[in-house]
Amino acid sequence: MEQYQVLPGPEAFLPPSAASMGITLPDPGEAHIEGRIVDEEEAYEYAARKLLGAKVPTIFPGPLVLWKWNEKAAKKAKAIRELAEAMPARLIPMADYRPKYPKIIAELEINPNHPNLTIWHNKIDVCIFIGVHCHQANLALKIIRGGTDCYTIAMCAQAGHEDACMSFRDISLEKIHKLTATVNKLKKEGVKSQAEPFTQFKMSRQGRIEG
Amino acid sequence: MSKEKIQLSEDLADIMPPEYQEMVATATFGNEDRSWKDIGTSKELIEQHSLCAGCPESIAFRFILASIPAPEDSVFVGSTGCTSLVFPHVGVQNIHSLFGNQNAIASGLQRALKLRFPDVYKDVIVLAGDGATVDIGLDMTMQSWFRQEKFTTICFDNELYANTGGQESGLMQKGFVSKMAPVGKKFEKVRLPEIAFESGCHYVACLTVSKPNRVEQVIRNAIYVSREFGPTYVQLYTPCILEIGKQSMEGLDEMKESEAIGQRFVMKEFMTDEVKEFLKEKNAEQKARKKAAKAAVTA
Repeated sequence: MEQYQVLPGPEAFLPPSAASMGITLPDPGEAHIEGRIVDEEEAYEYAARKLLGAKVPTIFPGPLVLWKWNEKAAKKAKAIRELAEAMPARLIPMADYRPKYPKIIAELEINPNHPNLTIWHNKIDVCIFIGVHCHQANLALKIIRGGTDCYTIAMCAQAGHEDACMSFRDISLEKIHKLTATVNKLKKEGVKSQAEPFTQFKMSRQGRIEG
Repeated sequence: MSKEKIQLSEDLADIMPPEYQEMVATATFGNEDRSWKDIGTSKELIEQHSLCAGCPESIAFRFILASIPAPEDSVFVGSTGCTSLVFPHVGVQNIHSLFGNQNAIASGLQRALKLRFPDVYKDVIVLAGDGATVDIGLDMTMQSWFRQEKFTTICFDNELYANTGGQESGLMQKGFVSKMAPVGKKFEKVRLPEIAFESGCHYVACLTVSKPNRVEQVIRNAIYVSREFGPTYVQLYTPCILEIGKQSMEGLDEMKESEAIGQRFVMKEFMTDEVKEFLKEKNAEQKARKKAAKAAVTA
């Protein structure tokens, strides 16, 4: 039997969990690319090329980095901002996990219960999940693979995600910096970002800051 | 934990939706003397709710969330029912339990929190409807009282199963006819406040939510007493306007009528003498704090 590949969808209304198709999580020092276990070093360059080649690369920071639980979280947030600026990529927050009522504003936020709405609305073709609790990331990654053609990258601080198209594990501040450095290195080597021009939105207590 | 913990990472703060920025800036975390009077001037811990227009339960929710003394150190345990529709929209930790299981879940949670945070008061608050509290979950409710578990149980008493179409519940009044109980209830409303006190609750109150001051005082009393003494119980009349054939604007009138002298929701409180003394001291402390805060503002 051929090995299952965790590829972008749309796969099906109810895609199989990658784990049930024989995909295993990487060990420390490793990552997985579409279900294939690789050395982590290989994954940095692969991820950086994917991101630079995307039209709408987007980072979805989750509550673990959006909220200042401690100094480490704040430093990770800074590193994520630097990564977004290096590519450049949009930042769309997953502020919490509640099924937001009456609806989310798909342009400005993502919700794990219907992440496809944000991906469809913004035509996102490559995204990174970072700082999202694993159980919610699993839910969202599976929905995205089921209903969209977005390539998902999980930067997980725990053991990684089979349901992402590619996944790092044990993500730390240093590893975020390393991905940024890899993006910068590729750009110096002549790899150009294919991202469509955009202006990162900004919010205030009153709403979106125009201009 | 206090307001210092409710902060955004500076580098990503400007992409956060407005309601979170508002919460960080003006919500009353870390203020023990927070009150329902903050509603309108500070960010409430409840977002737009998904209950019916004019539902008294939504008013009760607002008052309770504005009254709990330490929302940052509180965990609500809810159960299936109208209340569970609101929990996804509140800014306080909460757990949804299986129907009727709420007091069992809360027992384990409270004990675990006590072990994990021995030096901090972690308030566990059960909030469930009358079906979960008095009918299907009565076993779990009462066993937690017998065991003297240190948490507060709040029952939203709407006298029937509201979100499944109006079936008869133990707290329904005798003779009441509802959509799914067409022959009328054949026995008296269960006297749970009295049963709660006899079962070991140290503080019990039963009232409507027509008067926010009263609701606030009762909720604070129940939580303070549960920290020091043991289980406490609060029963709040939150009529289901849909199931009793009222209009959206008539919820408040219904509550006022039912708390008039001689009616079934005349406010009642039960407490031990020890608790009475304790609450007297607590109230004096609170008054002194408020006076000092007022003096500091005017100085």
